[in-house]
Amino acid sequence: MAAAAATPARTSKRTSSVLLKILMAGTGILLVLFLFAHMIGNLKIFFGEETFDHYGHWLRTIGSPALPDEWFLWIQRGGLTLAIVAHIVAATILARRARAARPVRYAHRPKVQAGYAARTMRWGGVIVLLFIVYHILDLTTLTLNPNAESGKPYANIVADFAPGRWYVTLFYAISIIAVGLHLRHGIWSAARTLGQQTARGQRIGQGIALLLSLVLVVGYLAVPFAVLTGLVD
Amino acid sequence: MDIQVRVWRQSDSSDKGRMVTYDVKDISPDASFLEMLDVLNEKLILDGADPVAFDHDCREGICGMCSMVIDGVAHGPQRATTTCQLHMRHFKDGDVIDVEPWRAAAFPVIKDLVVDRSAFDRIIQAGGYITAPTGAAPEAHATPVPKKDADLAFEAATCIACGACVAACPNGSSMLFTAAKVAHLGLMPQGQPERDTRVIDMLQAQDDAGFGGCTNMGECAEVCPKGIPLNLIGRLNSDYRKALRNSAR
Repeated sequence: MAAAAATPARTSKRTSSVLLKILMAGTGILLVLFLFAHMIGNLKIFFGEETFDHYGHWLRTIGSPALPDEWFLWIQRGGLTLAIVAHIVAATILARRARAARPVRYAHRPKVQAGYAARTMRWGGVIVLLFIVYHILDLTTLTLNPNAESGKPYANIVADFAPGRWYVTLFYAISIIAVGLHLRHGIWSAARTLGQQTARGQRIGQGIALLLSLVLVVGYLAVPFAVLTGLVD
Repeated sequence: MDIQVRVWRQSDSSDKGRMVTYDVKDISPDASFLEMLDVLNEKLILDGADPVAFDHDCREGICGMCSMVIDGVAHGPQRATTTCQLHMRHFKDGDVIDVEPWRAAAFPVIKDLVVDRSAFDRIIQAGGYITAPTGAAPEAHATPVPKKDADLAFEAATCIACGACVAACPNGSSMLFTAAKVAHLGLMPQGQPERDTRVIDMLQAQDDAGFGGCTNMGECAEVCPKGIPLNLIGRLNSDYRKALRNSAR
């Protein structure tokens, strides 16, 4: 019986899964920092049209006069794109490895005890990516925006989330909740990947991740719902 | 008590395998899960059928040989308990119990419920040891170890390398196993000289064996019969990062 089917040892060296996870943690943190800056900017909409449009214009002049107009924005866009691509590439490699690591599935498999957020990291990430694409076409390039007036972000947003376009608001809300769930597990998971190693730290870390995700979800949903309810018009 | 078991039958590594249902009658609630399978096997042998192959050795919860996924849970429903220490009183008369082998590419099925766990041996061979002269055991207090470190190292050292963590992990990852071994040796003064190479080499062996990566789901710690804490994985990650930094110097 000991005719053990010797496990074929892989000859090629794999890139370390922990290294890939460190890359995901680092790029993830960068993206979360951007999300907070973006959210704070969004909330300026509550200070009125002039303030908000002025803020939008200021974004184009960051670094002036050392940098020509919009250079900072393009550097930031380049950095964020790089971070997103690296995050997705590492996630794809790890997801494919995970799939290959269990070729035969269990006949009887109860639901895993981990929370919904942890279980939906991969598909949730895909939803977030689709949202990013739509969001850029909607409010950056204005391709899909009903108002599409360059330099008038306030009017564009008000037109975007008008009550008649409830489906846009719904998709936006679902996507933001997907971001929140992704970060609820992601923020803590990043801390663990970077070496968080006590049981107490785990409880604190998970609490902080939940809090930060909630702040982001509420902050991002405030704008479309303010437009929808006529608080911002 | 009378129960039904649906057991994974696979004649060898090339067989596709299937779940087969057997009636097991008149089982004492005080029988262990493995004793229940012994009763089934005796009946199968008397009937001239092939008995169900399963791994077992000490039957007292310390060797790490028994390895069954019972109703979808590695080592069955009782927490912090190996299959051999699980008793039938945790089931009800008339229950239908599913029994499957560890499912992982790195643990190919040899026969029925027996899997080849030599991938774990390769991880240990890569660095799960301390290079030291062998011989008589040294005097216990010759090298002082802080109590806190000794306790944590002992907790990590209770890992019996059964592989339940891999069986339960949605990613088929062996991080909890590797983390336990790295923590156990890395907390000891004797483990310091090889601390950096150990973590890098063991993780490389783990990745090369075809285990998945960790996504911090925590399934492993839920099923671990020795209660290895999940946070040791954070310690492994931290050790790995420091080792990379030191090797870049």
